Amino acid sequence: MSAWTTPSKDMPVSQDPWQPHRATIRRIVREIDSVASSVFTLEIELEPGPFAKRYRFMPGQFNMLYLPGSGEVAISHSGAPTGVASALPEGRFLHTIRAVGRVTRAIQRLEVGDSIGVRGPYGTAWPMENLLDQDVLIVSGGLGMAPLRPVIYSILDQVHRYGRVDLLYGSRSPDLILYESELGSWGACGIGIETTVDRTDPSGVHPWFGPIGPVTQWIQWRKSRTRYPDFDPHRTQVLICGPEVMMHFCAQSALEIGIMPSSIWISMERNMQCGFGACGHCQWGPFFLCKDGPVLRYDLAQGYLSIKDL
Amino acid sequence: MQSVRWLCQNDLQVLLDLLIGEGFCVLGPTIQQHAIVYDEIQSIDQLPKGWTETQGPAVYQIARTPDGPAREKLFHFNLGPHSWKKFLFPPESVLPSQSSVSELAQVGEPQGACVKPYAILGARACELAAIAIQDRVFMNPSFVDAQYALRRKSLFVVAVQCTTAASTCFCPSMNTGPALPDPQSQGHAFDLSLTELTPSEESDARNPSIQEHGFLIQAGSEHGQRILERLPTSEASPRMLRAQEQAIDQVAASIERSMPTNQLRDALMARLQHPHWENVAERCLSCANCTMVCPTCFCSSVEEVHDLVDQAVVRKRRWDSCFNPDFSHTSGAPVRDSVRSRYRQWLTHKLATWHDQFQTSGCVGCGRCITWCPVGIDLTQEVARLLES
Repeated sequence: MSAWTTPSKDMPVSQDPWQPHRATIRRIVREIDSVASSVFTLEIELEPGPFAKRYRFMPGQFNMLYLPGSGEVAISHSGAPTGVASALPEGRFLHTIRAVGRVTRAIQRLEVGDSIGVRGPYGTAWPMENLLDQDVLIVSGGLGMAPLRPVIYSILDQVHRYGRVDLLYGSRSPDLILYESELGSWGACGIGIETTVDRTDPSGVHPWFGPIGPVTQWIQWRKSRTRYPDFDPHRTQVLICGPEVMMHFCAQSALEIGIMPSSIWISMERNMQCGFGACGHCQWGPFFLCKDGPVLRYDLAQGYLSIKDL
Repeated sequence: MQSVRWLCQNDLQVLLDLLIGEGFCVLGPTIQQHAIVYDEIQSIDQLPKGWTETQGPAVYQIARTPDGPAREKLFHFNLGPHSWKKFLFPPESVLPSQSSVSELAQVGEPQGACVKPYAILGARACELAAIAIQDRVFMNPSFVDAQYALRRKSLFVVAVQCTTAASTCFCPSMNTGPALPDPQSQGHAFDLSLTELTPSEESDARNPSIQEHGFLIQAGSEHGQRILERLPTSEASPRMLRAQEQAIDQVAASIERSMPTNQLRDALMARLQHPHWENVAERCLSCANCTMVCPTCFCSSVEEVHDLVDQAVVRKRRWDSCFNPDFSHTSGAPVRDSVRSRYRQWLTHKLATWHDQFQTSGCVGCGRCITWCPVGIDLTQEVARLLES
């Protein structure tokens, strides 16, 4: 029976990966409050201790947030990552959440000072090393902006280390643009900002004077030598996050303007439950998106993105 | 290394007693509700002596063997609806749980440390392969399931050589059987192995010396060897060893079903849009039976279970299935909302993408999914149809 009580030493089981860690909600920002969508950002602080001390995350990674009685939900980091000057103090981070399901609606009812469980960080990160000295095209659709914001914060931290950086941001309508108040300051710091909407706000509450149409055409326009004389597809990295169909067409457009499939990156969403490839929910082709993703290099994902219901 | 010994049928009880004496909960085949299923046993009288079964697509029927009582075997059947998965990865288990967030601990201790270790009696070659596959799922560099690891590391395996095959078996094509792995060449696949022999198979007019019903027994681990040395065994005769070889050869020769495994991963992944998926979907009930009986399927979901009295919350992990529409629920709706997409997910995961994830097929050729499919869908045939064009 010794085998039962002391499993062999090469297999440490002291820490159960399902165990959530306690955190406290420090701040709540209502981002979007419309009939169509309710989006808010939580600033969360881990309880001081070994977990908070060693907690590090990279842009693109996510946490499992837990509310006892409701369940867990995978939410990507939307704040500045560990090591960036603008990052929050140790053990604090941001999550932008759309209230859409049982758990996210329950989280929406929480108030500052309430507790929440956290496991993480999980998943692959945006390829920040590959972006150095490159032109970067950040393409976001709707809420896809949330997992890309840490990329922007990282770039802004050392903006001289990158080439030309553009954010192409497509939204369904003007009232659904996330982090709208920050876009101006990002632009002032040297990031090219191009926003477009599918349609204007019929109520007129959010007037729109910008372009209307799919974000893909902004990618395609880079073919134009007169508009983008310095555009070089061979030194451009493209990061895309948004609905699957949008990522599919944006990647197609990027290929059309000569960008290498291995220089395009997407972030996939599926039902992540465990975070370590054991529960099976987030499978997409050969990938467990919770650990092989969510960020995938396009040449590896290409064959699956066009297959319906995969 | 370890030599092969002979154990009389009735002395199998001594093995059970030794294992129970060492603190093991011994699990073995028993008959319940007209099926051979695995459960705790204390006595060899609980084994399905004299029983066998008929299997086919959507067919499972147990029956008495035609042999007289003297030649009735204890293991003359193949696989029922259970696999050992239900003990190593229980259908329901409790995760670290807190009654309120304020009690969230920093680090949780693994559950179940006080449960008895298991000894399994009657694991077949394909089942050893299935356990080895689940080992890769639950004990890999990126994740160790504490509960699984505890159960697995203390597991004592008494394997049984198949001396008959069901029509649904296709282990040879999956390279997992029917013969048990050789303990000399393949490390710790089992602790002890048994090959059941009866007089009918081992005696004839010229060699009447072997009249007993019993087992050739061999150790596959040091622990197995220690147990073997305490058993009342005798020397195995060359005649017995020949009878064992013959029995294994006969079983192998009787297996007709096969899976085309050559380049199967790439062949299936190149056919994700094949029209035959729709054809299967017209028959498949999406009932999840195949995933429940599969010895390697590992998908699960976590459920928050409330105690209505004191508002305590228990987190239960339960087996789930890619055939349940909600399984792929993402941002408000299921991704795989058609039977076609769910069957494709199951089959391509089992036979193709499992290789990407765990460097092995997820199928061991046990045939349970064929037997227990209520409409008799046979994955070997579906694969053959897919590969036709």
